[in-house]
Amino acid sequence: MDKLGVVITALAAYALLISPFATFRANRIVPGDPVGLLNAVATPVNGLVLALLIAIALLALVKTSVIARLVASVVAIVALCLAIGLAAQHLTPEGNSYARVAPASGFWLLLFAFALMATDALTRLQPPPGVRILALLVTALGIAALLKSGSWDGLSILKEYSTRAASFWREVGTHVTLALGSLAAATVIGLPLGLLCHRIRPLRAAVLNSLNIIQTIPSIALFGLLIAPLGWIATHVPGASAVGIAGIGAAPAFVALFLYSLLPVVANTVTGLAGVPQAAVDAARGVGMTLWQRLTKIELPLAFPVILTGIRIVLVQNIGLATIAALIGGGGLGVFVFQGVGQTAMDLVLLGAVPTVAMAFAAAVLLDAIIDKVRMQA
Amino acid sequence: MIEIDTLCKSYDGVEVVRDVTLTIQPRTITVIVGTSGSGKTTLLRMINRLVEPTSGTIKLDGEDNRSLPGYELRRRIGYAIQGHGLFPHRTVGQNIATVPSLLGWSKARITARVNELLTLFQLDPAAFAPRFPHELSGGQQQRVGVARALAAEPNVLLMDEPFGALDPIIRAKAQDDLKAIQKHFGTTILLVTHDMEEAIRLADMIAVMDKGCVVQFAPPSEILTKPATDFVATLIGTSDRPFRLMSLAKVGDAVEPGSANGLAIAASMNQRDALAELLWSGRQALPVTAADGRVLGRITLEGLTARAGHSSGHPA
Ligand SMILES: Nc1ncnc2c1ncn2[C@@H]1O[C@H](COP(=O)(O)OP(=O)(O)OP(=O)(O)O)[C@@H](O)[C@H]1O
Ligand SMILES: [Mg+2]
Repeated sequence: MDKLGVVITALAAYALLISPFATFRANRIVPGDPVGLLNAVATPVNGLVLALLIAIALLALVKTSVIARLVASVVAIVALCLAIGLAAQHLTPEGNSYARVAPASGFWLLLFAFALMATDALTRLQPPPGVRILALLVTALGIAALLKSGSWDGLSILKEYSTRAASFWREVGTHVTLALGSLAAATVIGLPLGLLCHRIRPLRAAVLNSLNIIQTIPSIALFGLLIAPLGWIATHVPGASAVGIAGIGAAPAFVALFLYSLLPVVANTVTGLAGVPQAAVDAARGVGMTLWQRLTKIELPLAFPVILTGIRIVLVQNIGLATIAALIGGGGLGVFVFQGVGQTAMDLVLLGAVPTVAMAFAAAVLLDAIIDKVRMQA
Repeated sequence: MIEIDTLCKSYDGVEVVRDVTLTIQPRTITVIVGTSGSGKTTLLRMINRLVEPTSGTIKLDGEDNRSLPGYELRRRIGYAIQGHGLFPHRTVGQNIATVPSLLGWSKARITARVNELLTLFQLDPAAFAPRFPHELSGGQQQRVGVARALAAEPNVLLMDEPFGALDPIIRAKAQDDLKAIQKHFGTTILLVTHDMEEAIRLADMIAVMDKGCVVQFAPPSEILTKPATDFVATLIGTSDRPFRLMSLAKVGDAVEPGSANGLAIAASMNQRDALAELLWSGRQALPVTAADGRVLGRITLEGLTARAGHSSGHPA
């Protein structure tokens, strides 16, 4: 018997027997009616899907080969994704554009259970970095294909999307720009700052403590703190407002994300450099490397995996955190989240939240793979 | 030639190298011996200015070592640091190529040099050049460390306990190799160790350090026969001193006329090994042959023990 399998099977059983698979609502803001899997999908497909999911959930229970578990869980996830699309088509009355069908707790629980099974199998297989990136790519392509095929078009989240497709992509652009831009700025500033901290010991405690304090300021408070100085810059520095600096909007969001990013970058640079073997540094001096050569040929390459780990933390953190930019008119996917909250339209919230989570997850997988690759070479 | 003149180094008022004056002849091996903390590493590192002296001067071939920027000086002086100090993220080939590439040698010349050195150190270039340091044994790492120090054909080579990590057999082999390499390139070598045996084996001149001072600077035979201080005497030990002396002298110097039966001994073997051979074989005498196989005479147990007893072997 597989220990994790017990949890997976229990979750799946609960989801299949008790929880609703989908929710049907007459329009986007009224409370919905729960629908079970058997009623959500047309016969006989419903029976087939149910049987398949039960079989795979039971398979999780017994000890089988890791490959078999991986394949089974992927099949289950694909089946789930197709079934929810079918449910949307089946439940929406012909020609009704107000009705909304969304995944319900049962769907999410099943997805979670089988994703757990897949992750567990993947972890045990320990695939090399290249294979992990490939798997990520295949997953992304699969999702893209599903979206393109139109099989999900009946789902509420895609109905929200179809009415605001243009603004969606614009906000995705803003979101990515905010997250990556602040990361780039934090790397450009944080790396040399970390270097200085490494070389000048008294500076280290001062800088790291200040950055730690910044890290503890809640984002709303930080925005508040930034309004005054940025507003001042906008009015007093010529050209500042022309490039978009203002007390509210994207500028303070960018600055806040940048400030939050500094600590991981600086701290990991310091840790990475401190971890370079003393003998290697000494030998570098002994063979006649200049200060700069020592830094670029020995210290930075050896510290690189740790620095990269800091950048990974920042990237994932920033993709999530960039949602709050919407609070002060900075744009990004947070726009949909906060609009959705304001209108009590869950589907709109999901339109902002799901892509954010997906991007953060993809960034984490991608950078972990790169870090492992770099470490293997070091 | 390296001229060290009244060299001192203190850390926070504590003198760790005191008033050292030494002249090291070109193309010789000088070994610095001393107990831990006696200032050997510090003295060595002042020569390539990894440590700046508090006072005193060092001249290399008549030129003050401060007339060049430190990093340029260090590219000219080979340095094998205590522990191998290889760069873990670079292959063996890249490690050895460090100084030549800093000096801007052409790719072809660097590759040729790396291959030459690896072959010299009995490491197959095809197999070892692409490996990373952690894929080598401790002994191989140390050899690569020495190869890296020799890469740019330096006239002077500083070595800080280069054979520390080796077992006795490999160590003896490495010492022989070093002597051969030194002869081959005509390098001036300054080597630090705390092993008197190693010093006697390798050195043309030995500098004994105690609490920051050089208490005796003399050839091995003189160190053994006339230790300048009690400290030197303790360092060389008393019980096996005769044998150490014998290990410096060649069989050729103890040949007596006459003939003997048994396996012939080469005239170039040291007397200590010859004595061991006599004792093992249980014979009173063994024939001695020259390199060309000509019989020179014989060596006797009686003759060798007499030499050992008088502590008056003629060192080569
Ligand atoms: N950077 C430094 N700051 C302060 N003291 C130092 C420094 N470097 C060396 N010392 C001190 O100088 C003395 C001599 O050190 P050194 O490294 O030259 O000894 P050593 O003879 O090489 O010893 P070992 O055989 O253990 O390597 C020691 O007491 C050491 O503590
Ligand atoms: Mg030392």
